[in-house]
Amino acid sequence: MSEVKYSQDHEWLILNDDGIATVGITVYAQKELGDVVYVELPDMDKQVEKDDDVAVIESVKTASDIKSPISGVIVGINDDLNDDPEKVNADPQGEGWIFKLKLTDETEINQLMDESSYNAYVGNA
Amino acid sequence: MLTVSSANLNMNVQTIKRTPLYPLHKELGARLVNFAGYEMPVQYSLGIKKEHLHVRKKAGLFDISHMGQVNLSGDLAVQMLEKITPSDFQSLSESRQRYSLLTNNNGGIIDDLMITNTGDHFFIVVNASCKKNDIEYMRNQLSTGCILEEVSDHALLALQGPQASTVMQRFCPEATKMDFMTGRQFIINSTKCFINRCGYTGEDGFEISIPSESAITLAKLLLAEDEVEAIGLGARDSLRLEAGLCLYGHDIDETTTPVEANLNWVISKSRIKDSSQYYPGIETIRNQLADGISRLRIGLVSEGKSPLREGMTILNEKEETVGNLSSGGFSPSIEKPIAIGYIDKEYAGIGTKLIVKVRDRIQKVHVIAMPFITHQYYK
Repeated sequence: MSEVKYSQDHEWLILNDDGIATVGITVYAQKELGDVVYVELPDMDKQVEKDDDVAVIESVKTASDIKSPISGVIVGINDDLNDDPEKVNADPQGEGWIFKLKLTDETEINQLMDESSYNAYVGNA
Repeated sequence: MLTVSSANLNMNVQTIKRTPLYPLHKELGARLVNFAGYEMPVQYSLGIKKEHLHVRKKAGLFDISHMGQVNLSGDLAVQMLEKITPSDFQSLSESRQRYSLLTNNNGGIIDDLMITNTGDHFFIVVNASCKKNDIEYMRNQLSTGCILEEVSDHALLALQGPQASTVMQRFCPEATKMDFMTGRQFIINSTKCFINRCGYTGEDGFEISIPSESAITLAKLLLAEDEVEAIGLGARDSLRLEAGLCLYGHDIDETTTPVEANLNWVISKSRIKDSSQYYPGIETIRNQLADGISRLRIGLVSEGKSPLREGMTILNEKEETVGNLSSGGFSPSIEKPIAIGYIDKEYAGIGTKLIVKVRDRIQKVHVIAMPFITHQYYK
């Protein structure tokens, strides 16, 4: 399993050994959004490009698009969020994951930030 | 993904104002946003949902000092108010408060406001976003001998919730004897304040107009009580939505009349029947009351989970446009998406099944009687 990578749009991604990546939003992002009340999950088997809007997180106040930090095919969605959207607040980088992708091009990962770069990025954001 | 714009932004940074409570908001770790030109707390550490539920269960303290406070005095103040609103002020006895509207010549709504007869003068509270216009408008309408003064040296605190009175009992027991929609001057913590028993959350509560320099001290005393939490504008919005109350600039504006907005109760009957009466838009309002209207403000509840939002289109079951949403969101109390909107009269009946498209996905909704929660006003 690779290290966690981060996008400028505040998604995290972790690549498993089987070439499938798990994606969610960061602790910083969930704090900014506030209480999550609904997550619109992507359709399974959908081909997505890097930076496509693939999901929507609705907080009490606002709706925010979730982009895919990388290109691939949607091979998993976190159905638990249908009944428990607050998992995105409680455990955004664990049980609050949003979708899984089978990557088209693993080298795209190199364009994402590592943890220390991301921390510096949000510190300056 | 972070396009978190909780309020009206696009303001020049230099023009942003702060209320007397600003240092306290900072101290409490509030998330501040620009609202109507003021740097205001949208939420504190609890977050909007918990803050909302806390007010429904116990008591919450809101800084609403951004709202406009105005005193209107003079022998002809009653006539002056009746010249600009559809309400009867002859019958508003001392200490009584009334919700009313400023109307334009087309019967549209310039603002909604709360007016208390203090005995000496009328104490008026107007919306923050409208206060500059309202004051200018009222000054232009002033009758001879009337004096209009903005109370700019006072903060305004709202204490709201089923335990608001329990808390107030410890600081100003006399105030808890007042009826709802009543206001008087009291001494609270050695400071002269004007307290109205009212609010905009659907709960019992008080609004306290207090000299700015004493506001933080009182706020801290109230917050030190076990029942009380600091509540931001985010929860204020979701609380008033559940209570079915209009948000100016969203649910009512210059293009909506009181009749369309389902605010007929604000239009005093005595002033409709008497043909010698006049206020801006009275002809339109009389005609609408007599002949009916083509659209009406209604409440909707969703059978789905995706929140309904302002600006979304309401469709009938044939997917023809029949209205639009003026405000909406997720209701923490009933745990469903709810909305207020305007709809063609024929679809306004309670229970009518309709559709709102949320990002091209069909959400089944139906018309529901407002308020969405039962008002818990003190009786």
